[in-house]
Parts: sequence; structure tokens; C-alpha cells
Amino acid sequence: MERLEKFAGDNGLLVAFVFVGLVMALAFFLSRHVGRGRVHGSAIAIALALVLAGVAGADTGGKNGVADYPLLAGIGVLGGNMFRDFAIVATAFGVRLSDLRAAGLVGALSIPIGVALSFLVGALVALGFGLTDPAEITTIGAGAATYIVGPVTGASLGVSSRIISLSIAAGLVKAVLVMVATPLVARRIGLDNPVSAMVYGGLMGTTSGVTGGLAATDPKLVPYGAMTSTFYTGLGCLLCPSVFYLVVKALV
Amino acid sequence: MPILGVALLAACTLVGLFAGDLLGAALGLEANVGGVGIAMLLLILLSNLPGRRLGPDSAAGVSFWSLMYIPIIVAMAAKQNVLAAVSGGVMAAVAGTLAVLAAFALVPVLSRWSRRP
Repeated sequence: MERLEKFAGDNGLLVAFVFVGLVMALAFFLSRHVGRGRVHGSAIAIALALVLAGVAGADTGGKNGVADYPLLAGIGVLGGNMFRDFAIVATAFGVRLSDLRAAGLVGALSIPIGVALSFLVGALVALGFGLTDPAEITTIGAGAATYIVGPVTGASLGVSSRIISLSIAAGLVKAVLVMVATPLVARRIGLDNPVSAMVYGGLMGTTSGVTGGLAATDPKLVPYGAMTSTFYTGLGCLLCPSVFYLVVKALV
Repeated sequence: MPILGVALLAACTLVGLFAGDLLGAALGLEANVGGVGIAMLLLILLSNLPGRRLGPDSAAGVSFWSLMYIPIIVAMAAKQNVLAAVSGGVMAAVAGTLAVLAAFALVPVLSRWSRRP
């Protein structure tokens, strides 16, 4: 066993690829056969990972979820800041400046409006639950934007892992709810054409939620929503730890 | 060559993160300010230079990592201190739900604006 742990530790990143692959395979199986495609596999995978992290935390008493098991230490590398930032930047690829211009002023404006709206709602909820530290309030507000903006903001402001987890949980609640609720409210909010899909993508921002929700509503609308929502996380990562944090700091 | 795309992506990420670091220091924050966002804009600008589009092989190097984004987020979720978050789980649920409801409510408003000439 000791030998195996050392071996797994030396090949940590490979172990992490296998672990995440298995979690995602299980999640997509559950999505297809149990959820009948209602909830996107990615959302289930993230929820499963959070559950595993919670179970591991209760078992090991550590702060790093499953990465506290010596066998799975590589998860800490794959899920660490370097790979996270690298992959997020990669998602910006393929966005064309000409497409961006074609989205029109309202399509573009919907992104900062969406980020600010979610941030405001999240920050007010954080205040309502009695948080007083501006960095923590900002992180929860950022988490209400997406589950990426929350941890990126939290990490750059140096808040505790507990607050970062909360911000991810807020973003995850949002992503799952967007996927499930979009087909139900699509007709009522006029989500049946490219323009409203772009506006919707910009306001919601959570790319997995938006693409999952639009796929369940009308697959033709997916690229329009994805186009605006692609910018949301980047803009949120730019605004939340800087401008929004300074505003919160000045007000609290 | 796929490595060219990976190298471009890594270079943009490094430059963006370092710029974010410097920006944070300039603002007097011990924080990286918008490094990821700067890196994304940089990648968009560089991969859209007129007449200098990445070839399909090089582009594959970048696309691969953009497809790895969800798995990496899954790994990140698996190493979070979830147990500590459960005690405040109501706050996360309320924040996430209200953010979605507010955004749903604004979709028809903004869509109507865009239809005005």
C-alpha cells in the first residue's frame, strides 16, 4: 500500500485524469439514464465532485477534499490555480471580434449588466446572512455570477476556503437552476430568437447553464447564448476582484 | 503544430496573470486583479489578427484545453472544503436562486430594447 501511494503520488496528474474521467463518465451516465437529459452531465459531475469532497473532508478532517488522500493528491494539481486559469483562458478561443460586433450594443451591454446584477444580488444576500468582511461579501457576489468568478475572485482576495466553497455552491445552484428552469420559462420571457438568446446568455453568464438550458429549449439558439456568455466569466473575473471589490470596500 | 497553440495559450495566460499581479500591486491590493480576464482578451486579440489566423493544427492545441475546462473545474470542486460550506449552504442556495430569477426577469426587457431601431 505504501508503495502504491508513492507510485500514485509520483504520477499524480495521471491519477487525477483517471479520477475525473470516471466521475464525468458516471455523471453523463446519470444525466442520460436517470435525469433523462434534463440536467446536463457537467453540472452533475461538479455536484458529484463536491459531494465526494465533502465526504473526504469528513473522513480525513482536511481542507482539500479528496486531494487529502495520498492516492488522490494529484487532484490538487489538476484542480489547482495553474490549470484552472489555463483552461478558462482557453475557452475564450474561437470567439471572433466580428461576431462580437454583430451581437449589437444590447447584446454586449447585457454582459456587464448581467455581471453587475448577479453580483448585486449575491452581495446583498451575503450581507443579509451577516457577512461583514468586504472580501467575503465580494466573493459571494462573484459566486452568484458563476462558479468560476467566485473562486477566482476569492483566491485573488485571499478569503478562506469555506467562503470559496460557498461561492462555488452559489454558482452551482445557479448553473443547475438555469439548465432546469430555462425550458420551463423560455416562452414567457420570449426566448425564441437569436437576439433574446444573446441577451439571455449575457445576463445569465454561466456557460454550462446557458448551453444546457438552451439545448433543452431550442438547440439552434445554443451558439447565440454561448457567444455572449463566453465573455461573462472573463468580465466577471476582471470586474469582481477589482472595481466591484473597491465599491464594496468603500460602502461596507 | 499543436504546440504553437498551446504555447500561445500559455503565453497569454502568463502575460495576463502577471499583468493582473502588477495591476493588483499598483492598486495597493495583495491580489491578482483581472489577470484571467486580461489573458482572455489577449488570446482573442492575438487569435484574430488579420491574416494571421492560427492553422487548424495549432488551433487544436488551444481547443483541447478549452474542452478540458469542465474536467478541471470538476477536479477543482473535488478539492474544495465542502464540509465547511454546508453549514452556510442556505446562503449559497438563496444567492444562486435570486441571481437566476433577477436575470430571467431582465431578458424580455433588454430584448425589447434591442428591437428598437
